[in-house]
Amino acid sequence: MIRAGGAMTARSRGGRSPAFEVERIRQDFPVLGEKIRGKPLVYLDNAATSQKPHVVIDTIRQFLSTYNSNVHRGVHQLSERATEAYEQARTRVQGFINAAESREIIFVRGTTEAINLVAQSYGRTHIGTGDEIVISAMEHHSNIVPWQILCEQTGAVLRVVPINDDGEMLLDEYVTLLTPRTRLVAVAHVSNALGTINPVREVIRLARRQGVPVLVDGAQAVPHLKVDVRELDCDFYAFSGHKVFGPTGIGVLYGRARLLEAMPPYQGGGDMIKSVTFAKTVYNDLPFKFEAGTPHIGGVIGLGAALDYLDGVGLDRVTAYEDELLVHATEALSAIPGVRIIGTAKEKASVVSFVVDGVHAHDIGTVLDHEGIAIRAGHHCAMPVMQRFGVPATARASLAFYNTREEVDALVRGIHKVIEMFV
Amino acid sequence: MDDFYREFILDHYKRPRNFGTLEDPDVTHEEDNPLCGDRIRIDLKLREGHVADVRFTGQGCAISQAAASLLTEKIKGASLERVRGFSKEEMLEILGVPLSPIRLKCGLLALKVLKTGLYGLQRWPGEEG
Ligand SMILES: Cc1ncc(COP(=O)(O)O)c(C=O)c1O
Repeated sequence: MIRAGGAMTARSRGGRSPAFEVERIRQDFPVLGEKIRGKPLVYLDNAATSQKPHVVIDTIRQFLSTYNSNVHRGVHQLSERATEAYEQARTRVQGFINAAESREIIFVRGTTEAINLVAQSYGRTHIGTGDEIVISAMEHHSNIVPWQILCEQTGAVLRVVPINDDGEMLLDEYVTLLTPRTRLVAVAHVSNALGTINPVREVIRLARRQGVPVLVDGAQAVPHLKVDVRELDCDFYAFSGHKVFGPTGIGVLYGRARLLEAMPPYQGGGDMIKSVTFAKTVYNDLPFKFEAGTPHIGGVIGLGAALDYLDGVGLDRVTAYEDELLVHATEALSAIPGVRIIGTAKEKASVVSFVVDGVHAHDIGTVLDHEGIAIRAGHHCAMPVMQRFGVPATARASLAFYNTREEVDALVRGIHKVIEMFV
Repeated sequence: MDDFYREFILDHYKRPRNFGTLEDPDVTHEEDNPLCGDRIRIDLKLREGHVADVRFTGQGCAISQAAASLLTEKIKGASLERVRGFSKEEMLEILGVPLSPIRLKCGLLALKVLKTGLYGLQRWPGEEG
């Protein structure tokens, strides 16, 4: 988290910790050694997806090559090993976000599926005509559209908390949107388009004061910040494996056991039942009730390895190092004439969205790509954010703990080149 | 890099030809490409089966805007028959750069606006009936 103007950086906050050994850490990520058009890859698109360390790749390879089998059903030894590894990963996730019980951890495809699960299972049973769902103006489409679908199905109404010009949620407005008709609040912990860290602790406190459950979209938070679902006191927390250095196709829905237990299944099939007859089917207990069909076993085991790896590096150190990178990137980009940063919240994670006068974001992206620099250009699945700031698209550099100051400097040189060409 | 943003593309982007709008156009059409935020509007003035005048406005990436500028140059004064025959392949050949599937939409937006505008036209000006 940085504070405005870099007045308070990681250094001033925590004293000087031992140097973060980024060069050693980079050795853990094979992709970082790649060349793009003959130039070293500078990967600054971590908010889209993160790179994978050797240990994740090796863990998945080991599963596939030595104990691949299905879980929860075989009587043979391979299946026992696979089941054990799968369930160990669940406990791993539980510990990582400090959930009270491992059955509160549901494996899903990703953040998107986690939110759809809550919308369809919790939403369709608890939300009806005229009820209200509150989201913020900076949500990813995956935390907008599932609620719009639910509203169409039930006649509920979506309410949107506005944001200010810095990209911060207006808490006063939020309070007025919390009414006796509010049935659910769903907000991003960290905005993927702006980098804003939302005051979710306060958002949750205010909602729960009047008995309204809160879903937190943690897709962009888990890679950068220590998350403690019990300290937050949220009801649901969703994140994606691929953004925390794990594989794609796997994600997590945390839900309070009390709520999950009362919710109907999201999908039907194998694994989610206790017994099936044509007259009556008895659903399985948590978490299996929500895990119909053969899961992404390798993905789950790989995600466990990724979280172990991240713990090894240390999230506190990650946050502090990324703060320094963010301060540097923010200062260096703001100093370029014609560059405007979109998203200048006081509390930010290491995401820098920007526009360049007279140049479309895609042209920035293409020129940088020719320099070996990967950024995202577009609307970042947050079209309402683009509309709020009156831009068709932005360029976005999103930094991970394996990025360096030198890479930020390469980005700055690249942007100078863009301006030379187009302006 | 020079392969992609050739000098003439950058030139058309920075100094677009036939940029602006027409008063009382016979055809006016605008479309955008919401994924990129590219937007093109084309105005046409028709006379005796020819494009008497053309203007475009828009915003977006260099490829989309340069394509629009280049296209207006090609069709100004051309017969409507010629305009109708103007193909995607021809547009891409004029641009002369290999476009990725995503960038293809940018390169072809102006042509799409032109064609939709023209085919949407019910009656050619000057024709009675
Ligand atoms: C804030 C936020 N929410 C949700 C998602 C959706 O994640 P996934 O595509 O992994 O389901 C993303 C991914 O870009 C995101 O950044």
